[in-house]
Amino acid sequence: MSTTQRAVATTTTWVDDRTGAGKWLKKNLRKVFPDHWSFMLGEIALYSFILCLLTGVYLTLFFNPSMKEVVYNGSYAPLNGIKMTQAYESTLRVSFDVRGGLLVRQVHHWAALLFVAAVSVHMLRVFFTGAFRKPRELNWVIGVGLMTLAILEGFAGYSLPDDLLSGTGLRIAQGIVLAIPLVGSYVSSFLFGGEFPGTDFIPRLYSIHILLIPGILLGMLTAHLLLVWYQKHTQFPGPGRTNKNVVGFPLFPVYVAKAGGFFFIVSGIITLIAAMFTINPIWLYGPYVPDQVTAGSQPDWYIGWLDGAVRVIPNWETVLFGYNISWNILLPALIIPGIMFTLLALYPWIEAKATGDKREHHLLDRPRNAPTRTGLGAMGLTFYVLMWISGGNDLIAQAFSWSINSITWTIRVLLIVLPPLVFVITRRTCLGLQRRDRDKLLHGRETGIIKRMPSGEYLEVHAPVSSATRAKLVASRESDYAPIEAPPAVDANGVKAPKKGRLGVKLSNFYFANRVIPPTDEEIAEGQHHAADDLETVRPSGQITSGH
Amino acid sequence: MSNDSSSELEVAGAHEIEHALRRSDTDPRAAQRAERQVAIMFVGSVLASILFVVAFVSVKSTAVVDLPLIGRIGLQNLTLGVASGLGLFLIGAGAIHWARKLMSDEEIVDERKSFASDDETRDAVVESFQTGVEESGVMKRPLIRRTLLAAMALMPIPAIVMLRDLGPLPETKARETLWRKGSRIVTDISYRPIKPEDIPLGGLVAGALPADLKKVEEEEGNLNQRAKAAIILVRMAPDEIRSQQIQDGDFQGILAFSKICTHLGCPIALYEQRTKHLLCPCHQSTFDLADDGNVIFGPSARRLPQLAIEVDKEGYLVAKEGFQEPVGPSFWERG
Repeated sequence: MSTTQRAVATTTTWVDDRTGAGKWLKKNLRKVFPDHWSFMLGEIALYSFILCLLTGVYLTLFFNPSMKEVVYNGSYAPLNGIKMTQAYESTLRVSFDVRGGLLVRQVHHWAALLFVAAVSVHMLRVFFTGAFRKPRELNWVIGVGLMTLAILEGFAGYSLPDDLLSGTGLRIAQGIVLAIPLVGSYVSSFLFGGEFPGTDFIPRLYSIHILLIPGILLGMLTAHLLLVWYQKHTQFPGPGRTNKNVVGFPLFPVYVAKAGGFFFIVSGIITLIAAMFTINPIWLYGPYVPDQVTAGSQPDWYIGWLDGAVRVIPNWETVLFGYNISWNILLPALIIPGIMFTLLALYPWIEAKATGDKREHHLLDRPRNAPTRTGLGAMGLTFYVLMWISGGNDLIAQAFSWSINSITWTIRVLLIVLPPLVFVITRRTCLGLQRRDRDKLLHGRETGIIKRMPSGEYLEVHAPVSSATRAKLVASRESDYAPIEAPPAVDANGVKAPKKGRLGVKLSNFYFANRVIPPTDEEIAEGQHHAADDLETVRPSGQITSGH
Repeated sequence: MSNDSSSELEVAGAHEIEHALRRSDTDPRAAQRAERQVAIMFVGSVLASILFVVAFVSVKSTAVVDLPLIGRIGLQNLTLGVASGLGLFLIGAGAIHWARKLMSDEEIVDERKSFASDDETRDAVVESFQTGVEESGVMKRPLIRRTLLAAMALMPIPAIVMLRDLGPLPETKARETLWRKGSRIVTDISYRPIKPEDIPLGGLVAGALPADLKKVEEEEGNLNQRAKAAIILVRMAPDEIRSQQIQDGDFQGILAFSKICTHLGCPIALYEQRTKHLLCPCHQSTFDLADDGNVIFGPSARRLPQLAIEVDKEGYLVAKEGFQEPVGPSFWERG
């Protein structure tokens, strides 16, 4: 035994005697993870979150979450002599009088922006590849919860420095709270310790931002990762990859190096961005005063869609028996986002209702192989992006000298017309791509070689597809479902069909009525033989190797 | 693939995992080169960490550089950030290069085991649970069950009640501002009283307040009053005013409106003198000041409250009376 081996053995023995970790390590040290670039999106989210935690702890050493007013006297000359809250003053201090303080603030802010972005794109990846299907529905719901909390956490952090921009954002949030029927005024008064802005809110928001939400985030994140670990990661179809195995690289050493290294890469890139690009220069905005505002004020990117929804809605308000129902606020700020997030969380069950599928799925879908899902996703994304664009309607108006009224009206129309259109186009495109895949399996790939027949007819020579391509293409069977047929309205004994189950039939037909049926093994074998023979006529056997 | 072997035409899952050798697998010199590259990156990280300390003690916080594309930025932030950023990045780049070039890149296979328990186990769980239920007697003793449910139902009440002291009840504070009959209108920064002749025709005073605000300025929570009392003043020719919600609310064409948007409370100050339109910078609600401050576009559902004004004996603009309706965003009890 070498010295190293002996050292390792001694250590592991010591630990194992006390914890029994050996059994776990034996199983997990060489745990296999599949490789794909899109699997790094969740990693980016995780690492930027860790970076937020680390930089956040540093910032708490200097930030003073108090709304007590003081007169500034520090390194940033333009604000000297100005009255401001201690929250704003201490943010200026960490930015100008602490070496590296501004860097940490900027890393914190950039990492937060990237965190929400990575969470969002990661969620899109999971959605479009069907990774949320059984047995991963719970993890999907946890993920939706994580995303919601990430947005709230970001908004809370954005609001803490008490600069003009963050105060304006809080004023809007308070206006939304006021619009809650029945209890709005009370909730606002309790949250703010009286009237807006009061002197209580920032200290309260501070404990929410640094303790409550990160605590819940951390707990849910742990559950999220444990489930990924325990259920094993999904993989894309390919040679040797089945629904019953995981093909990839071992945790130790490959993923320790790759994932560990990737943490440093993400942190390094965020730090380099923070070194070069100013984010949220609060010193330019000045302290929050409720009767001051800057034109073109924009929230952080992930609030943009909510802000846009609030901008684009018509000014509906009902006054009923002397009570106000502000639809113009409730709909875009609470009801529509509420519906969107609920639908998102419930999606795995909606789709399962359409498929009637109870199997486990560990092989990911190529988005084209689930045309209706992909269409719905593209539709939702279009809706989101339009609202997001609406959040910048003033900037667009300014940049192109367009009328803000026409931009708003255009977006109102597009919000109704475009998502269904995108749905239809996306689903059609997916079906077309599926047909092409089917053709490849049935007739081989096109070689570009044109053959002239004795009759004078021209034909293109096809060649068999490679085994790797075939493995990828036949995976479409995994997500092929025949639409559930409706039972006859009245059966042979004259009994009416029960109403239960009708929704499933409707959903199933909506999803799969015009599906492309993947070919059977026999059809493929025949087709590929045909292509091989076809090729034989122009190139003798062995001279050409099959490509894609 | 030869085209006469039908066995290879079988599908799904039967395919071998493909593996191609890398140069560093076959050429020891390529492997050595990769090793050197990894080491160079790690050494680069070491140097970057040292550079950070050097920059920390030597670069002044006031130093500024002008970079192409990026613009003027602080040298301290730049050097500290580039040094620590590179220090981090190079560790990551080295580790990944090492994994990609030198560690085994042969894919291995793990079988998935169903993590669902078998039926026997599930039955045993149900049985254990039932045994527990029976032993506890919870089903046989409804008195215990019901009183426990009642206790659990009421238990959160203290926690909710305790939230009561987070703040006072709203009462009618949202309806009250500092404006009273005779309140002098002053500018928002210097608290200077305003005479009608200070405002030219077509002019705008983008921020004005009641003089009384000065008195509470040093008090805690003075911003609450400011948040409600802020107004703007505009002057137009009296015949340009199309209608007035308040009879003779203007003074010789000078009109006072609440500055707080009736949508979500942003201060409004984007005034277009030609059209007499006032635009909120937050959500673009547009109000027509020549027509009672009515909403002509955007998400806001109600007009801007107008403050009736006159001049006092000394010739300064004052409020004729307080606001006749609540300023700012709608709320449930507003009416």
